[in-house]
Amino acid sequence: MSRLSEKLDLLKNSGRKALIPFVTAGDPNPGFTVPLMHAMVEAGADIIELGMPFSDPMADGPVIQKASERALLHRTTVRDVIAMVASFRETDQTTPVVLMGYLNPVECMGYRIFSDLAGKAGIDGLLTVDMPPEEAGDFIPLLKQSGIDPIFLLAPNSTEARIKKVSAMASGYLYYVSLKGITGAGHLDLKSVEEKLGQIKSITSLPVGVGFGVKSGETAAAIGKLADGVVVGSALVSKIADNLEQPQVAHQEIVELLSVMREAMDKNGEEQ
Amino acid sequence: MSYNLPDENGHFGTYGGVFVAETLMLPLDELKEAYETQMRNPEFLAELDADLQNYVGRPSPLYHAERWSRELGGAQIYLKREDLNHTGAHKVNNCIGQALLAKQMGKKRIIAETGAGQHGVATATVAARLGLECVVYMGAEDIQRQAQNVYRMKLLGAKVVAVEAGSRTLKDALNEALRDWVTNVDDTFYIIGTVAGPHPYPAMVRDFQAIIGREAREQIQKQAGRLPDALIACVGGGSNAIGLFYPFIDDESVQMFGVEAAGDGIETGRHAAPLCAGRPGVLHGNRTYLMEDDNGGIIETHSISAGLDYPGVGPEHAWLKDSGRAEYVNITDKEALEGFHALTKIEGIIPALESSHALAYAMKKAPTMRSDELLLVNLSGRGDKDMHTVAELEGIEW
Repeated sequence: MSRLSEKLDLLKNSGRKALIPFVTAGDPNPGFTVPLMHAMVEAGADIIELGMPFSDPMADGPVIQKASERALLHRTTVRDVIAMVASFRETDQTTPVVLMGYLNPVECMGYRIFSDLAGKAGIDGLLTVDMPPEEAGDFIPLLKQSGIDPIFLLAPNSTEARIKKVSAMASGYLYYVSLKGITGAGHLDLKSVEEKLGQIKSITSLPVGVGFGVKSGETAAAIGKLADGVVVGSALVSKIADNLEQPQVAHQEIVELLSVMREAMDKNGEEQ
Repeated sequence: MSYNLPDENGHFGTYGGVFVAETLMLPLDELKEAYETQMRNPEFLAELDADLQNYVGRPSPLYHAERWSRELGGAQIYLKREDLNHTGAHKVNNCIGQALLAKQMGKKRIIAETGAGQHGVATATVAARLGLECVVYMGAEDIQRQAQNVYRMKLLGAKVVAVEAGSRTLKDALNEALRDWVTNVDDTFYIIGTVAGPHPYPAMVRDFQAIIGREAREQIQKQAGRLPDALIACVGGGSNAIGLFYPFIDDESVQMFGVEAAGDGIETGRHAAPLCAGRPGVLHGNRTYLMEDDNGGIIETHSISAGLDYPGVGPEHAWLKDSGRAEYVNITDKEALEGFHALTKIEGIIPALESSHALAYAMKKAPTMRSDELLLVNLSGRGDKDMHTVAELEGIEW
């Protein structure tokens, strides 16, 4: 069983939901990321999504676009991101790490080389936003051989047929995008999230993480009631943008926000 | 015709496809279905034909540039006069088609990206005519160099949004248009201006532009009594080139030359020639040749012509290159300016800087051919929009 499935099973059995922070690797500088990963785990993160910076982040809002630009100023490459995870793994062998980004930097490296290096570094999942399952036929077997779960998105307008198709090819978990839009946008419509998750759950037994629009302890708790995992990205990354002169303040504020979210999510469990 | 690409998933060999986030999968499916249905609907086709004839001014003439051919001392050069279309370039052929499709699909809002502003102007034009809301994304850098087209779009009632992200040019405008589309997908139709993007765009835009080649194929046989020996068209995203090439693909005797922008020269790295000097990758919804760094980051391009200043190219061109059916060459900024002046002075036609790349290659190619050979060049747009750029480069005050 993969580290991801193991973690998600463990959480399920203890009645807890996964808190899944996203940060862009190398933002605001390459030395910032690995200590932050460890601190996020201490603050209650169950799985870490690590962004691979790309020059053209088409599905991202301004907050994560700028994070990508900052990381690229330091020439953070996919190989660098893999090396960061290898370094993280020296002292943490249990927290799953998922790389998230766009296909071109990975394709440029080569599917086989990527799968091989990422697997050896202890990377557990890959989510490439612009690679739907239809175009992933060559890549999925290589990822699986290296013990990497291919993670795919579902959206509010995914049809039943697509949910079936996507969940048949995905493993680890599914990432449900809570709204039509880009990262960091808009407000959560909890009712529509609940309805759609009901449909998804009736089709697949894979765990479902929900992202887009999670900004606070309150929203994290609300999503935590509905989904198996809560993904928070822009709200964390904006702490970095707000404290570019003082990265240690950003580090602290990210840890604090995650702690608030963890606490709020765990209260759900106690109420139940 | 025997050529039948793309396949049903939008692949031209290993190129093309659908590389988008999940939220765009359904709208792309809906678009594909609407497009396939309407292209079999006689009423839709009749409306499209009538608009192309009466609003755009088609068929555009095929002009035998006799004086220029004589001066160059080789092949007979024929110019397909897309510069005479309403709004001044081939772009409108596609916009008319996609806007009618938007109307059929009940979409109230149109968005587009633009580089030189020609596609933006054409989109704003058809949106004005159909009474649709129109938002055009344009790189902040391009807004500076194409001020006149920005004003035209605003006059036509479009909202022009300056894109400050990334390199602030066409690729960034495309990113921003995709972000808008994914956010407003229910009521918005995205009119992509070139044969790139996810399936069905490359095929759909090609089909709307193929009227260029269909007319030219008929016109040259009428005027010269036979098919041309070679076709030449400039390639940025590649819509005017595909529009000309496509109806000739099965005509094996007809050579095809796509002309990319070499900017300061391929060897300087400051160019926009992914087919000549790039490699395959994935950007903006399809797999194609790209200009990228060693780590898969998209690199900034350079061309005198904003319309060719794009790091990717339509996936069908990638396939045509690999298969050897078409040949891709490149022309520097300096050579393009020579083409610009030559046509202006010798034939009294002021070409767009984009089209000037095709003309400059014709100046090289024609003298190597016999005087009874035929060279058909797509004059994809007129140069009014480039007056300022050329005057500034040559130190002329006006």
